[in-house]
Amino acid sequence: MSRSNAAPIFSALGDETRLHIVSRLCREGPLSITRLSEGATVTRQAVTKHLHALEDAGLAQAERQGREQVWSLETKRLEVARRYLDDISAQWDAAIGRLRALVEG
Amino acid sequence: MTTKTAAPSSTDRIEKHVTLSAPRSRVWRAIADASEFGKWFQMKLNGKFTAGTTLMGQVTVPGYEHIRTEMKVEKVEPETLFAYSWHPYPGDPKKDYSSEPMTLVEFHLADAKGTDSGTELTIIESGFDALPADRRAEAFRMNDGGWTGQIKAIAKYVTQ
Repeated sequence: MSRSNAAPIFSALGDETRLHIVSRLCREGPLSITRLSEGATVTRQAVTKHLHALEDAGLAQAERQGREQVWSLETKRLEVARRYLDDISAQWDAAIGRLRALVEG
Repeated sequence: MTTKTAAPSSTDRIEKHVTLSAPRSRVWRAIADASEFGKWFQMKLNGKFTAGTTLMGQVTVPGYEHIRTEMKVEKVEPETLFAYSWHPYPGDPKKDYSSEPMTLVEFHLADAKGTDSGTELTIIESGFDALPADRRAEAFRMNDGGWTGQIKAIAKYVTQ
């Protein structure tokens, strides 16, 4: 995933409610809007709106199960673990560059 | 830079190998002396690196000074091994990370092969798989800012 493709993801995650929804889908697996709205500080309508924003960014997808829509994370697109490590790895590279400047200088 | 990342498919650890043109004693001091460590790691530490002690670190990158983390010194073997565990890059200053699993960071030092005074440094950070998924999601968002800050810091450093 390139940086430019990642921009909508950062934008979609740059909201407390959406990040909370992603966290719950990460931890608990696929959930209905009813379940996602339980304990939320926003209305069911707002949760639905946020889910569609996540869907637009390719982070979440809905599937109909009986009378309800069940939402889950699009893990291939998200790749949270992998990118997290990539970023930490990049930070180490930058730190090693500064260490080199210090000891070789 | 002569660094390489081993086992890119692993999500649990990061491994870096680097050869530095400096004696082991010099590299050791830059890593095991808390104030020297702070210079290149961009973190202010409130004590000395002694095995078994826990220090508080505060990020010194402009704009990220609110980020603090605990650092527990695990091993201090002069000129050979320095290791600590910590909560990597906590993003939310209001949240208590102390109950979360830590990652382990190891610095292994050895003489570089075929040179008079070079040092072979291996850095390993492991234990990422034990971190909660929501923590990774949060760090995912946070680290883009962190990384941008690092790029700015380097740009500033090289143009001075």
